[in-house]
Amino acid sequence: MKMSITKRLFAGLGSIAIGASLTACDGGNTSSGCEDCTESVTVGILHSLSGTMAISESTLVDTEKMAIEEINAAGGISVGGKNYEIQYIVEDGASDWPTFAEKSKKLIDQDKVPVVFGGWTSASRKAMLPVYESKDAFLYYPIQYEAQECSNNIFYTGATPNQQSEPATEFMFKRSPAAGKPFFLVGSDYVFPRTSNTITKEQVKALGGSVVGEDYLPLGNTEVAPIISKIKKALPDGGVIINTLNGDQNVAFFKQIQDVGITPKNGYYVMSYSIAEEEISTIGPEFLTGHYGAWNYMMSINTPASKRFANNFKKRWGSDRVVADPQESAYNMVYLWKAAVEKAGTFDDNEVRKALVGVKFDAPQGPVEVMANHHLSQTVRIGQITSNGQFKILESTNGPVSPQAWNQFEPSSKGYACDWTDSRKGERYRL
Amino acid sequence: MNKITKNKRWLSFLIWVLIIAFIISAPSILPVFRLNLLGRYLSLAIVALGVDLIWGYTGLLSLGQGIFFALGGYCSAMYLQLNSSQDFPNNIPEFFGLYGVTKLPFFWEPFKSPIFTLIAIWLIPALISAFLGFLVFRNRIKGVYFSILTQAALLVFFNFFNGQQKLINGTNGLKTDVTQLFGQMVGSDSMQRLFFWLTAIIVIMAWFFSRWIVRERFGNVLIGIRDDEPRVRFMGYNPTYFKTIVFGIAGALAGISGALYTVQSGIVSPQFMTVPFSIEMVIWVAVGGRGTLLGAILGAVIINYAKSLVSEALPASWMFIQGGLFIFVVTTLPEGFLGWIQSDGPRNIMVRLGLRRPLSTYPSLEADGKEEVKP
Amino acid sequence: MQLILESLFNGAAIGSVLLIAALGLAIVFGLMGVINLAHGELMMIGAYSTYVTQLVFRLPALKFFYSTYVIVALAIAFVVSAVVGILLEKTIIRRLYGSPLETLLATWGVSLILQQFVRSVPLAYASGLIVTLLIGLLSSFFLPENILKYKHKKFVKLITWIISIFSGLLIANCLSSTISKLGRASARNVDVTAPSWMRGGVEFIGITFPITRIVIIVITIISIIGVTYFLNKSVWGMRIRAVTQNRSMSDCLGISTEKVDVLTFGIGSGLAGIAGVAVSLLGSVGPNVGSNYIVGCFMVVVLGGVGNLLGTIIASFAIGIMTDLIGAGRLLTVWPDMPDSLSTIIDFFATTSMARVLIFALIVIFLQFRPTGLFPQKGRMVEG
Repeated sequence: MKMSITKRLFAGLGSIAIGASLTACDGGNTSSGCEDCTESVTVGILHSLSGTMAISESTLVDTEKMAIEEINAAGGISVGGKNYEIQYIVEDGASDWPTFAEKSKKLIDQDKVPVVFGGWTSASRKAMLPVYESKDAFLYYPIQYEAQECSNNIFYTGATPNQQSEPATEFMFKRSPAAGKPFFLVGSDYVFPRTSNTITKEQVKALGGSVVGEDYLPLGNTEVAPIISKIKKALPDGGVIINTLNGDQNVAFFKQIQDVGITPKNGYYVMSYSIAEEEISTIGPEFLTGHYGAWNYMMSINTPASKRFANNFKKRWGSDRVVADPQESAYNMVYLWKAAVEKAGTFDDNEVRKALVGVKFDAPQGPVEVMANHHLSQTVRIGQITSNGQFKILESTNGPVSPQAWNQFEPSSKGYACDWTDSRKGERYRL
Repeated sequence: MNKITKNKRWLSFLIWVLIIAFIISAPSILPVFRLNLLGRYLSLAIVALGVDLIWGYTGLLSLGQGIFFALGGYCSAMYLQLNSSQDFPNNIPEFFGLYGVTKLPFFWEPFKSPIFTLIAIWLIPALISAFLGFLVFRNRIKGVYFSILTQAALLVFFNFFNGQQKLINGTNGLKTDVTQLFGQMVGSDSMQRLFFWLTAIIVIMAWFFSRWIVRERFGNVLIGIRDDEPRVRFMGYNPTYFKTIVFGIAGALAGISGALYTVQSGIVSPQFMTVPFSIEMVIWVAVGGRGTLLGAILGAVIINYAKSLVSEALPASWMFIQGGLFIFVVTTLPEGFLGWIQSDGPRNIMVRLGLRRPLSTYPSLEADGKEEVKP
Repeated sequence: MQLILESLFNGAAIGSVLLIAALGLAIVFGLMGVINLAHGELMMIGAYSTYVTQLVFRLPALKFFYSTYVIVALAIAFVVSAVVGILLEKTIIRRLYGSPLETLLATWGVSLILQQFVRSVPLAYASGLIVTLLIGLLSSFFLPENILKYKHKKFVKLITWIISIFSGLLIANCLSSTISKLGRASARNVDVTAPSWMRGGVEFIGITFPITRIVIIVITIISIIGVTYFLNKSVWGMRIRAVTQNRSMSDCLGISTEKVDVLTFGIGSGLAGIAGVAVSLLGSVGPNVGSNYIVGCFMVVVLGGVGNLLGTIIASFAIGIMTDLIGAGRLLTVWPDMPDSLSTIIDFFATTSMARVLIFALIVIFLQFRPTGLFPQKGRMVEG
């Protein structure tokens, strides 16, 4: 079909104009000021703002911004007698692992930020790790993860398996209504579920239980029918399902298992490691009531620090928003960085890294402390999901549990530990 | 020699001078980070050349070039991983430990040899693409069916690489930044500069190679296939072989491109085999100008550079701009920007605006040296 | 027996989702030769329509009818997706008839824009925009012909568009003020909750059949019957088939090919909207919900044979049953003492991700023997 050039031009210009006018909707970043500050320091924030992971990671950006604003409002960071206002550059990882590496390089080389707060999926962290190691920069990573890693250039504020999945597995096997029954493991097909389930299998074996099956759903695929058939076949009389599915795959999973009668009423109990308050509100509590979760922070913790954190977040971002464990970790890491910088008296990477170990902070979950292996000691809590979308806390450890970077159930890492304060020990040494 | 063709010669000569001057001066004017980006985008220009050969010249729209790109990347990353795995348990790359693998999978073995790797980087993608292509072309599947099948093949490869943690590290991909090559760390600034030069040289070589192909009789047959395949067949040529060979060449170019991209971005992962990335490769060629080799190179470099600049400033808006640009080019400039300039687009605009007098002759006749034809 | 029945049902459940998603594509691709990569995004629009409908039915005034919202959502999703599709046809696709590869690329651009649109624009305003378009486009159909014939035709059109813009704004403001969730743009996925009668399952000879799946199968069957009836019995259906077979001849006979194109594309898009409702009942609704299905849909259409509804139906159920047999490792249960070498291979593919690899590979191999699918189209269309 032939068209006159003007017509074609108008069509084209029209499409560009629509694109341009839509882009105008995006706002810039606002930073509430610090009145006593004379200097400023710029930090990097690197999470996915587009793509599949944007759903989860954008909440971390919100929390980190809130923490920075709080610090600024309270007088910024004081280093060498001067007060520094914190400014930030937000970069988009676009749910794409190579992009995380690229943007890290940009933040380090181009913007020369002293620290980057970033990442969610283990794959994104693994993609960024070589960048920070080769450039000797520092990444703060806020998500509970599978461990088996201990970098001098990463500081992990999420839980290690012995602070989340191990106590949870033990609880399910010994004290849950399905105690002693067989386990089935379900996960998304990437490194965290795979590694976490390897550990769970070893642990269940050590406890004397049995794992009767496992299956992984490719990322982006929501057809869960074959997995459900497998579960029904493997667990005919109920049992424990350990769920490490990611994001929106949980919605499909929980909606459909309920329809075929895989429910707490029929003796099936799901323990999820990636479902926090945020996800409960998306999936709908009616699908989740009676199932379990294990976290360091739960919104229902009844302490002033926890309530203040939740209220501040709602005040800043909207009354229908909720806070959850990953956000609490992200919040802590900004404060821990501030404390370490003030302790070191400089923004220099190496000094801050040394100062970081031993820093304590009164987090919303309770006291936390940075250990020699660059992980946090944290309190472990196990909760049951209630119909109002919160966790009813069933168990919590008496105090913070110290983190293990190398898993003690997995044969290949058993007997190893990590210590960055001692130059002879380092990343991996025999206990 | 005629004025108009002479003008075009001058134009492309000028662009080349600018490009080469820019490449030579880039390491001294650009900061390390931007230089690294430029190097990566130049390596993408190689895969774009391949896309241009099969799409711009032969009319085969492949939505699966990501397969061959990623295969090249995996070949290079496997060698680098093996080359620096002496310190890890069992002398195998570190990630195997995560999944309890103690013995190197068999297909990793040959990648211990650097010579094998250098050949594999282009030969494996070429063979696989030629094989896949032959299966499809043999049945005279063409047009959109070919596109859909390449996309399906892409998903097959993506799911396979994504799901095989124990063989190839699944979703995480393979990292190259902290591996060793010639006793140096691949991610170090000096190595990165070296890769930049290497990429620049290979882009120019790839351009000469592609130009040689399309100028030969082989290229004429390709264009013939694009414009009227049955007629080519009636003239006694078998289009299947021509298509298979050119698809293989495009695969080889994609493999080389993927290998260079991997060492400069520090990671190869199944993300290279996602549907959007392969379609983007087509976008670069479409915007730059299909059927013009220079357009493919410029399209790849400029669009990617724009992407990284825009997404730094306004992360959410790149999708709008990319989508809009795509619709704009397809509906308004089907020959792409370079093709539009070469077909006297700017002049036509000026004519529309009343700034220039319309050409009163038929340029094609004039170019052939015929007499002027007054309308 | 029980095993076969369960397998068949699971296959039908997976296949029906594929089929309803591919049905619209089969029409647009099969009848018009247009490759619409934005088909997945039209599904996404249908899914978001379901979400908005659900929220509206939760308002106190409509609470009584809440349990029927899915049925209303089906109609709304069909209309909304059809309107977006018609807009797409009128602005972009119409310019590209006869060049399928260009259409493919342009619709990819559209899909990117639509995905980002639902992330950046509050749903209330998106609904307002849809209402504007709906009124604006419909008015040209429903206004008495003689008004449009006068010389102030342009003036009348302007007035109708102004009215439709105002009603769109009104709807947008109403929605954003009454339902706060719709007033803000958000990239997060949202959830559609099935009404209580659609949850749970039906027990039959020891197998539980989930009601949602049954509902989806029913929706699929009704859609197919509707489409078949429309294409074969109605006047416009015959015109569509006439234009498909010989465009210039139909044009000469007085069929408005332009209207036929709009109608065909609108129906194809509307079916995508219905598929969106089905998909929203199974999982969550997000900007990427459609793009997960699009390649699978194309495989169904190609496997079934382009332009053949029966082929599409058989192909999607074949893929569904294969997915269940391979992915759930059911072959091992059916045939427990199979040779070791074979069972290791089957075990290797008995995960959801590897099942997908195997099925796509099998389809590509199948097309080696039947390049034009199960039921090839006969006649001159083949050399297209």
